[in-house]
Amino acid sequence: MKSQLPADEASAFLDAAIKGELPDERGRFGPFGGRYVPETLVPAFERLEQGVREYLHDADFQREFQRELREWVGRPTALTFAPRLSERWGTEVWLKREDLAHTGAHKINNAIGQALLAKRLGAQRVIAETGAGQHGVASAAACARVGLPCSVYMGAVDMERQAPNVDRMRRLGAEVIAVETGDKTLRAAIDEAMRKWVTDPSGIYYLLGSAVGAHPYPYLVRELQSVIGVEAREQMIEQAGALPDAAFACVGGGSNAIGLFYPMLGDDIELIGVEAGGTGEGLGQNAATLATGTPGVLQGAYTMILQNDDGQVQETHSISAGLDYSGVGPEHALLQATGRVRYVAAGDDDALAALEELCETEGILTALETAHAFAYARRWSQENPRKRILIGNSGRGDKDMPTLTKHPARIRTSASA
Amino acid sequence: MPAHERLTAAITAANKHNRPALVPFITAGYPEPGEFVNTLREIAQVGDVVEVGVPFSDPMADGMTIQRSSFAALQNGVSLKWIFSELEMAGDLHTPLVIMSYLNPLLAFGYETLARRARATGVCAFIVPDLPFEECDELRIALEAEGLGLIQLVTPATPKERLKMLCEASRGFVYAVTVTGITGGDTGLPNDLADYLDAVSSASPIPVCAGFGIRDAADVANVGEHAAGAIVGSALVEVLESGEDPRPFLQALGGK
Ligand SMILES: Cc1ncc(COP(=O)(O)O)c(C=O)c1O
Repeated sequence: MKSQLPADEASAFLDAAIKGELPDERGRFGPFGGRYVPETLVPAFERLEQGVREYLHDADFQREFQRELREWVGRPTALTFAPRLSERWGTEVWLKREDLAHTGAHKINNAIGQALLAKRLGAQRVIAETGAGQHGVASAAACARVGLPCSVYMGAVDMERQAPNVDRMRRLGAEVIAVETGDKTLRAAIDEAMRKWVTDPSGIYYLLGSAVGAHPYPYLVRELQSVIGVEAREQMIEQAGALPDAAFACVGGGSNAIGLFYPMLGDDIELIGVEAGGTGEGLGQNAATLATGTPGVLQGAYTMILQNDDGQVQETHSISAGLDYSGVGPEHALLQATGRVRYVAAGDDDALAALEELCETEGILTALETAHAFAYARRWSQENPRKRILIGNSGRGDKDMPTLTKHPARIRTSASA
Repeated sequence: MPAHERLTAAITAANKHNRPALVPFITAGYPEPGEFVNTLREIAQVGDVVEVGVPFSDPMADGMTIQRSSFAALQNGVSLKWIFSELEMAGDLHTPLVIMSYLNPLLAFGYETLARRARATGVCAFIVPDLPFEECDELRIALEAEGLGLIQLVTPATPKERLKMLCEASRGFVYAVTVTGITGGDTGLPNDLADYLDAVSSASPIPVCAGFGIRDAADVANVGEHAAGAIVGSALVEVLESGEDPRPFLQALGGK
């Protein structure tokens, strides 16, 4: 049920997106986005928007942000050629190594940027939600770095499957609050963080972890994550001698994907976002929001969501906590509607197999989220041999050991390659 | 007269008897869908206006009680379609109704059909807690076409200029959220409530009803000195949850 725009509107919106004119002043990416929040939070969103306008592109702020990215996060992250995987897949594979960033995923780019912003805005404390725990760990670390107290809301289901990250957050000084309501995963954690924010909208800074939610978050997160695509683009030209034919990224809320894709929108590169296909195509069996959802309002934005006919948001399933979400960033909804980016799904088993194959061929234990991008890139390469492709390796898989232990290395990919 | 004026009239009538209007809130179909119409009738005997909550999967402005009632109602198959057909069955309750719903169920229903069905079933206005004024034109216009109101919420965090704008845009009554927080809080009403409600009342051309955290007769009386009405939600839902008759509870709070 993909949303489509009339051709002339689509090309006008795509032009605007490429020129950097979106979101518009109402926080819209074409028809998507906006700000659907309780009245109590309206002044807080206005302050945040004002702060973003004042600081984000200010020279002082950028100097500090860039220094943190370089000296604390460890940027630029490497671009790695994957020779053994390339040979197996019959295509030239390059990996953008966000797993090498401090705390092990791209999430830190956004977390440190927003923590610096929170400091500028005079926040007394920070709250965050987390799914896989990567954003929670990144927020805990960034808050420690800038000296702000941090509380992380995490669904009870996710606390179990991403247990190593719960301990890490606590070690890094954050309070981790178990969310026992709703679906007990990422969506419930966001709802609960919003409920907390409403109690102290001027003292609390809400450090949202993906390119989702009400304006200006999708914009703010994209700006902070675009470093991924900017670096990858330059590194491809330098190391591979050319831009890739196609680029792949996994899509939960869509922050690593928008960070990789946004600087490449104007290039002749096929862009493919890979969502969680879970165990099947039925409602509730997956988290393939763009591939199978319909437009609606969830958690502050008009975007594609997984819902029933009554407008009730549906529970999702994915083996990876970070993709297990019924919504998606509004900019992705527009990029899909314009046809610029294609969104597809890869299932639990394919992701597990891809994770093993990458371990075996390149010695990289990738995150289960990221493994979805590999699973689809592998399929694509079979249909499009002898190309040059770039995969956003958004994070490392150490956090997934509790899940991986339940799925012993049963899939030996070498025979079937 | 447009339907939303029935709300204003009902509230003003209560005030003429020297009492604040009582506005009970229930989550539709909770705890028993089969009891919805009965409960509604009982509550409409005491309440001046009745607020019917549409359960939603992501009630981000609600505390534990209304979260619990919403999830249970959804499990039992409650939907906006079902609510309208029950309201049709209930017939005239002689008490104006307000629907409170998060935006997405309304979007999925379609605004024009929504306005028509609402008007036909005695609903006079809508309260949409995740629809701020800046995003509300489309719904507001669709409702207006049927004489229905979109009730604006104001909160202690609302700046003065904005307060005036929201009060002027509201139809039926203005919903003054008493606390900076979610529904069902048990921390008591804030100390500076009187000043806040006075400010809202003087900014508003239509009656102001206060809601969130109002649990007992003392709260209603307290609020009633500075606002035209009191909305009682979580506390009533808890009474229904325990299987009690809601009438004695509401009568103790005032009401008609
Ligand atoms: C490693 C990794 N990749 C991807 C994601 C998905 O988030 P997003 O779509 O915002 O990049 C997560 C989320 O937790 C993650 O930890």
